[in-house]
Parts: sequence; C-alpha cells; structure tokens
Amino acid sequence: MNNVRKQKRANKNLPFFFKDEFRVSFIIIFISSILLISTFSFDIVPPILNRGIQPATFPKALLVLIISLTLLIYYLSIKKPWEVQKKIPKTFFLTLLSFLIFVIVSKTLDFFLAISLLSFLVSYHWGERRIFYLVLVSIIFPIIVFIFFETILGLRFPPGIITNIYYKF
Amino acid sequence: MENLLLMMAPLFSSKLLLVLFFGTLFGLILGVLPGLGPTTGGALILPFTMTLDPLSAVVLLTSIYCAGTYGGAITAILINTPGTPAAAATCLDGYPLAQKGEAGRALGMATVSSVVGGIFSVIVLVFFAPFLAKLAYEFGQPEYFALAIFGLTMLASIGDGSPIKNLIAGAFGILISTVGKDFMTSIDRFTYGINELSVGIGFIPVVVGLFAISEMLTQSTLLNQVFKRVALKAVRLPTLEDYKLTWKTILRSSGIGSFIGVLPAEGGTVASLIGYSEAKRWSKKPEEFGKGSIEGIAGAEAANNSATGGAMVPTLALGIPGSATTAVILTGLIIHGVRPGPDLFREQPEFLYGIFGSMLIANIMFFVLGFFGAKIFARITLVPNKLLWPMIFAVSVCGTYSLSQSLLDVWIMLLFGVIGFFMRRFGFSVVPVIIGLILGELVEGTLRQSLVIFDGNWLMFLKRPIALSFFILSLIALAFPLLRKKNK
Repeated sequence: MNNVRKQKRANKNLPFFFKDEFRVSFIIIFISSILLISTFSFDIVPPILNRGIQPATFPKALLVLIISLTLLIYYLSIKKPWEVQKKIPKTFFLTLLSFLIFVIVSKTLDFFLAISLLSFLVSYHWGERRIFYLVLVSIIFPIIVFIFFETILGLRFPPGIITNIYYKF
Repeated sequence: MENLLLMMAPLFSSKLLLVLFFGTLFGLILGVLPGLGPTTGGALILPFTMTLDPLSAVVLLTSIYCAGTYGGAITAILINTPGTPAAAATCLDGYPLAQKGEAGRALGMATVSSVVGGIFSVIVLVFFAPFLAKLAYEFGQPEYFALAIFGLTMLASIGDGSPIKNLIAGAFGILISTVGKDFMTSIDRFTYGINELSVGIGFIPVVVGLFAISEMLTQSTLLNQVFKRVALKAVRLPTLEDYKLTWKTILRSSGIGSFIGVLPAEGGTVASLIGYSEAKRWSKKPEEFGKGSIEGIAGAEAANNSATGGAMVPTLALGIPGSATTAVILTGLIIHGVRPGPDLFREQPEFLYGIFGSMLIANIMFFVLGFFGAKIFARITLVPNKLLWPMIFAVSVCGTYSLSQSLLDVWIMLLFGVIGFFMRRFGFSVVPVIIGLILGELVEGTLRQSLVIFDGNWLMFLKRPIALSFFILSLIALAFPLLRKKNK
C-alpha cells in the first residue's frame, strides 16, 4: 500500500511525457496516424465502378474517430489522472523474451522445438525448479499435443529438425 | 409441440450427449481456474470444433458457456477469487459464509440458483429469440447498420471500464476487420504486400491472442499472489428455510440477468452486480450483505447464469453478440458457415432448437457435476500457474496454427497477446475489440450497401423509422454514462 502511495506521489511530479496517460495516447495517435497516411495509398475505384464510398473512406473514418477519442481521453486524464499501475515485474519481460525466442526458433529451427523451449523457459522463469515437472511441461505435454493434432486433427506441422525426423518415420 | 420435440433431440443422440458431457466438464474446469473462464476456454477450443459438425460444435461451445459461468462460483466461494469476472459479486458473500464453516451451504445455494437462472434464461431464449428474429424480417441494410451501431455504442454504456476507451477498442476491432481485400471492389487494404493478409485477419488468432495469451502475460505479473483456501467437506442442498428466504431473489435476479443478457454488452458481469445490488435492496436483512448473506449468493449467481440464455438471444436472432463468450460462439457459427439471423430460424429450426435443448441439458448436467464434483473441481485450482500456462500456450499455438496451417496466424496471435496485455493494463477492455471485429463486416457492408440504395444520400437513414429508432437508442446509450456520472 505504501509503495503504491509513494509511486503515486512520484508519478504526480513526473513531466507530462513520462506519464502513462501521455505515453498511451501518444502511441495510439502515432500508430493511427501512420495507418491513416497509408490509407491514402489505397487504390481508388473509378467513378463508373464505384458503388457507395471509396474502399479507403471507411478505414479513414475509423482512424479519425480513434484519434479524436484518444485526444478526448487524454484531455479528460488531465482533469482526472489514470490509476497508477504497479511496476511490471521482471517475469513479464522474461516471458516476453521467451515469446521472441519462440518466434526465432520456430522460424529457423523447428516449430515443436520452439514450443518445447518456450514451455521450459516460461515454467523455469515462473519459479519451477523440479526436473520432473520441467520435463512434463516442456517435453511430455508438447509431445501429447503434437500427436493429438497430428493424428486426430490431421494437422501437418511446418518442417524442422525434429518434425522432419518424426515425419520420416 | 414440434419445437419441444426438436429441443429434446440432443437427449436421443449419444454423440450430442457425449459432446454435452465433455463441454460441461471442460466448462466447469475452465470456470474454476482464475484467469481462464468460458471466453478464453471457448477461444481455445474453437480450432478443435472444426472436426465436428456445426451443431455439435455449437453445443460444445454453449455447454462450456453455461458450465463455465457457474464454475466461477466455486473458486469465488472457496478461495475468494472469482474464477470468472461474472462471479465477482459471488465473492462478496460466498467467501464470508465459507469462512463461517458453511462452504457446503454456500456452494449448494450457488448451484441451485445458477441452475434456476440458467433454465429460466433458456425459456426466455426459446420464446424471445424467434420473436426477435421475426421482427428482424422487417430489417433491410440500413436497419442492420443502425442495429450494429447500437450494439457497438452499448459497449460504451454498460461495458467494463471507461466508455470512451471501450469505444476506441470497438473502433480498433472494426479496423482489424477492414484488413485484406475489400469485399466490394477487391482492392487491398492494410496488406503491405503480404499475400497472406489479403484474406484478412482471422478471428481465432485475434481471439486466442487477446484472451489466452494476454492472460498468460497478466499471470506472469501475478506470480506472488497467495490464495487462502477454505476447506470443503461436501456440497449441501439448501434447506427449506433457505428456499423460503431466497426464491423471490432467485426469480428476480433471473429476470434481471436475462434482460441484461439480451442487451449487447458484457452480460454476466453486469447482470451479477445488478442482481446482487437488487437482492440487497429488496432484502429484509440488508445488513447481512457482505458478511455471508445467502440471498447475496443467490442474487448474484441466478443473475450471471441467466445472462447466458439472454445473451444468446441477439446472437442467434440478429447475429449481434450479447456478451464476450457469445462473441466466441458467434465466431464458431461463422467458421462453420452458419450465419445467424432470421433466415436461420426459418430454414434450420432443428439446428436452433437443438442448441436450446442442449443449453437446457447443460444446466442440468452442471447441477449434477457441480453438486457431486465441486470438491474435486476445487482441487484443480491447486495446479500451479507455472505448469498450467505453458501447457495452455502449447495448445493455443497448435490450435491457432491448425486453422490455415500458417505461421503468420501464430505471429498475429502473439502480437494480439501483447496488445491485449497493455490494453488491460491501461483500462481498455479487450471484449469490444472482438465484438468490433465480428460486427466490422456487418457495419461496413450494410453502410456501403445502404449508400448504394440511397444513392449516396446519408439523410435517407433518418427516413427509415426502425433505423432512426436504433440511432436514437445509440445516442441514449452514449449519453447514459454521462447521465449516470452526473447523478452520482
């Protein structure tokens, strides 16, 4: 409780560009603006074929709506600041890093290996140290899931160093 | 009579009964586990439903919905953590009563009121959905556009969190639906040269990402949470005294829940809070609320379970989801090629009455399973997150990949997982994104077709009485949060 209060006090003294309200609004508006600019490069339908509105009009209207509403929430947050969030713990970033490793491994080495590795990393970072459970989560369970999807749902997994061995046999 | 026979059809099909049993069992397990629940569970099971016929697929999803909504009460009562958001109000009296050594009585009341609420709402569904569908025959493109807009604005008024943030999330959901080839002109939008994006972004990667993966990231920040568990000996049926005390509350909450469920928004959560506060308002002993009142449990549980049938009304009759889980069920219907709406009632009554009947049976099944198995289900919460979530990740990834055997779907799922985490962190509900994504095609399609009919004259919308009524209702829905704030 004290920590939250301390953080709240500290947050009050922060310059506006460090506050969540500004950062979140800025990111939404920034991304929406880029998307809005990209809508101007959409092909235009010649008037003779055009029925109703141009294909870019609807997304443009949505993006303008999102930007306007974001400006409104930022304006309202000046009067009533958002609730101060607890600092994100290290485990979140480790989980996120595991996602990144998953993407790289599944793209370069093997999809099954990537699942196995992610399961191990997440379980380990979240505090599991017992070998049996780590093996259960990272090897036994993914094998069950793999076989289930492969045999019952008839799924063909992308080729990779382990998957190729499985398909060879 | 014929419809009643159609409703009873699942009872005579061993396959459907098996699907119902597994759906109910799975729903209960999902409901018990905090952070999962019927919405995430439904999203996880969606890829598996592809192996089933449409009716079995929807029966599986609806039984998960019914049982999952009830399952949340078990955790709410025993560990003071709602298994599902809809069970939040159950914690208020369920846990204090359990602490007094009456966990069995609290769970018994939760089970009975959930079943009564659930069955009540199925009756509402059976009578009201065909009526609404008949009404929808009067709808043309402009009316559907106005209805979809009404559905989206309702998110602002009674959804979770800030109304403006919900609208932004809803608009974001619609924006996602515009990715890919424009359905009227075949012009690429937001594809950036990626061929796979031409067909658009699938529902399942977004749904699994926003619900399952973002929840996994949220759980990674809550690892130090410790639950205090109350021991359960056995679930006890309510006594005659309890029934006398609560029957009015159960019926009132069932009515409230069914009504709230029909409105397009987060049915169960809002319904249980209103059901609970109304139970307190009408109670002869309001001072007992928050300290273990049996009426409080009955009010909250009857309301959240009755919202299940209510939320299915607009989902089936109009194709507008009544809650987050029905948005997933609607996704299930769409990927099986079933388009909900009035035509479905005319052309496939056996399909619809099969759903109604299975919902009724699911309510009876979870009563039996909940009554005799609550003690076992409570033990499921002992599975540590450090083992549970990596397993859920493996299922999510394979399930998402299985749909079109594309790794891009898996990357989209992960991306939406991260987006969903930050959305939740900063007070944006993820439910409007899903509802927006589902309604996006309807909103844009009906708008553009209406403009073709009206020869580009926007004012013509105001000359259609039904469309105009929905626009007025939309304005009221938008103004409602402001009025409520002013009244406070």
